[in-house]
Amino acid sequence: MEKPKYSLDFEKPIHDLEEQLTKLRQTSAQSDIDVEEEIRAITEKLESTKKRIHSALTPWQKVQLARHPARPYALDYIGALFDEFEELHGDRLYRDDRAIIGGTALFNGEPVMVIGQQKGRTTKENLARNFGCPNPEGYRKALRLMKMAEKFSMPIVCLIDTPGAFPGIGAEERHVAEAIAVNIREMSALTTPIIAVVIGEGGSGGALGIAVADKVLVFQNAYYSVISPEGCAAILWKDRVHAPRAAEALKLTAEGLIELGIADEIIEEPLGGAHVDPSQASLNLRDAIERNLSPLKKLSTAKLLDGRYAKFRAMGQFDEKSPAVVEFAKEA
Amino acid sequence: MPIFGKPKYHTVRVKKKDIPTGLWTKCPESGEIIYNKELEQNWMVVPKSNYHFPLAARRRVELLLDDGTFTEEDAGLESKDPLGFVDNRPYPVRIAEAQKKTGEKDAVVSGTGKLSGMKVSLAVMDFSFNGGSMGSVVGEKITRAIERATAGKMPVIVVSASGGARMQEGILSLMQMAKTSAALARHSEAKLPYISVLTNPTMAGVMASYASLGDVIIAEPKALIGFAGPRVIKETTQQDLPDGFQTSEFLLEHGLIDQIVHRHQMKARLAHLLHAFGFGRKSA
Repeated sequence: MEKPKYSLDFEKPIHDLEEQLTKLRQTSAQSDIDVEEEIRAITEKLESTKKRIHSALTPWQKVQLARHPARPYALDYIGALFDEFEELHGDRLYRDDRAIIGGTALFNGEPVMVIGQQKGRTTKENLARNFGCPNPEGYRKALRLMKMAEKFSMPIVCLIDTPGAFPGIGAEERHVAEAIAVNIREMSALTTPIIAVVIGEGGSGGALGIAVADKVLVFQNAYYSVISPEGCAAILWKDRVHAPRAAEALKLTAEGLIELGIADEIIEEPLGGAHVDPSQASLNLRDAIERNLSPLKKLSTAKLLDGRYAKFRAMGQFDEKSPAVVEFAKEA
Repeated sequence: MPIFGKPKYHTVRVKKKDIPTGLWTKCPESGEIIYNKELEQNWMVVPKSNYHFPLAARRRVELLLDDGTFTEEDAGLESKDPLGFVDNRPYPVRIAEAQKKTGEKDAVVSGTGKLSGMKVSLAVMDFSFNGGSMGSVVGEKITRAIERATAGKMPVIVVSASGGARMQEGILSLMQMAKTSAALARHSEAKLPYISVLTNPTMAGVMASYASLGDVIIAEPKALIGFAGPRVIKETTQQDLPDGFQTSEFLLEHGLIDQIVHRHQMKARLAHLLHAFGFGRKSA
């Protein structure tokens, strides 16, 4: 397969070296000149450049990787990790939202319900999938499937990858806010284990609508944020060009999420990002799901639900002065 | 100064700060000019046009609860700066300014009291505090108000007024949606009523969590209510928005809320609903 042409600014040194390498190889193939030495030198430099760039990615660079058009999407992981996937369609009310997919499958031979936000690979597919921006019916379909999972005692795996819920007239008319709110509430009390994995973009409420889980895992270059860096920049600095600054401030990277107590685990990506080696990324995801799911399956329902409640209950940071101190401060 | 003498100055120069600002307010709907004191006495509703201005949280508590029955809770909660967030000014400065402006510690006032004799847990948001944005403090206070109701077998009433989640606390703000909604699941499980009152505006993260989860959802007239902001929708879809889009009236027509209730009738209507749900009976 031909490598995707899409490239990121900060990866330019890598691409330049790759280009040099290709040219050298062509030269060596077409002539008798021995360029083995040069090839080895450039290969080494390429590796060290990759490591140097990818070990010091800024939050904004990670956001770009999370949005990379060659990045594995939900269906890629489902194809790689699950057997007998049967996609189930529709919310039984309005339509089938193709920005959210879901269905039954086997994971290591055990039944699971897998749900994910799905972007398109081509323009045509992206239009059908609304660029991974779900409408209310997507969330309602997801809830229908999650309730089904509860009924048949299947664990739920949610793959999060959305820029956000779609801001549209129809979405408001069909009450996307309610659809997300109900999902969040119901997920907090579903009597089956839930694992949510942020595989790419964790765009605000649109992500959270299928991400209330016992374990929240995040890929190394994925992000999860209350608002897109562009949206944040537009509001706070009146210009979207400040998105890199917003990405920095929002602490939306995997490390930031661990630090703030939102994510439980970071899933390592191959050097250069998940799109460089999707099968390695899939293996890492399989390990992470396996490792996190089996202890959850052993818990009693009461323990599972108490744990989930406590997990989200503890999120947030504030100071609390005793009422006496408050009273005193008022008088002073 | 001689009484009949010519005044020394024909013009009086008054410094801007000496003009008592906010003596009069113009109704943005009818253009009617109203004396501020009258407006305040009328619970910030313009008498003729019935335009509802935002109401400060503590005034809302007075409006809804019986005199002298309110016990404030969690008044000592204050924002931290978990992200070390700086936009055009540091987040702690922003908070300090909002505190000075409103006299409140954050964007919600909560506690318990009696509504027409019935014990309720009440949380009221204040839009004038940082746009009523929901950060950790708002989420925690709302959650505690719900948990207090569950533990005390009380109805919970939340009056929302918010632009959404508070950006300056990042993902922690988003997670308040999960925290509050999970508490509501348990409250509902205990078969206790939750009434959500929506005021102008109730948007985004607040609307996509507790504000949309009431057994009964009541809006004040002509409030802006929705998920995505109208400007964002317009820019994304390149479509003209329908008349009255995302107003209380639009939501009622589309079947998304139960009622639109005038501020002056709110307490009585809440009481009727609580009666129907089995509260305030003589035997109880």
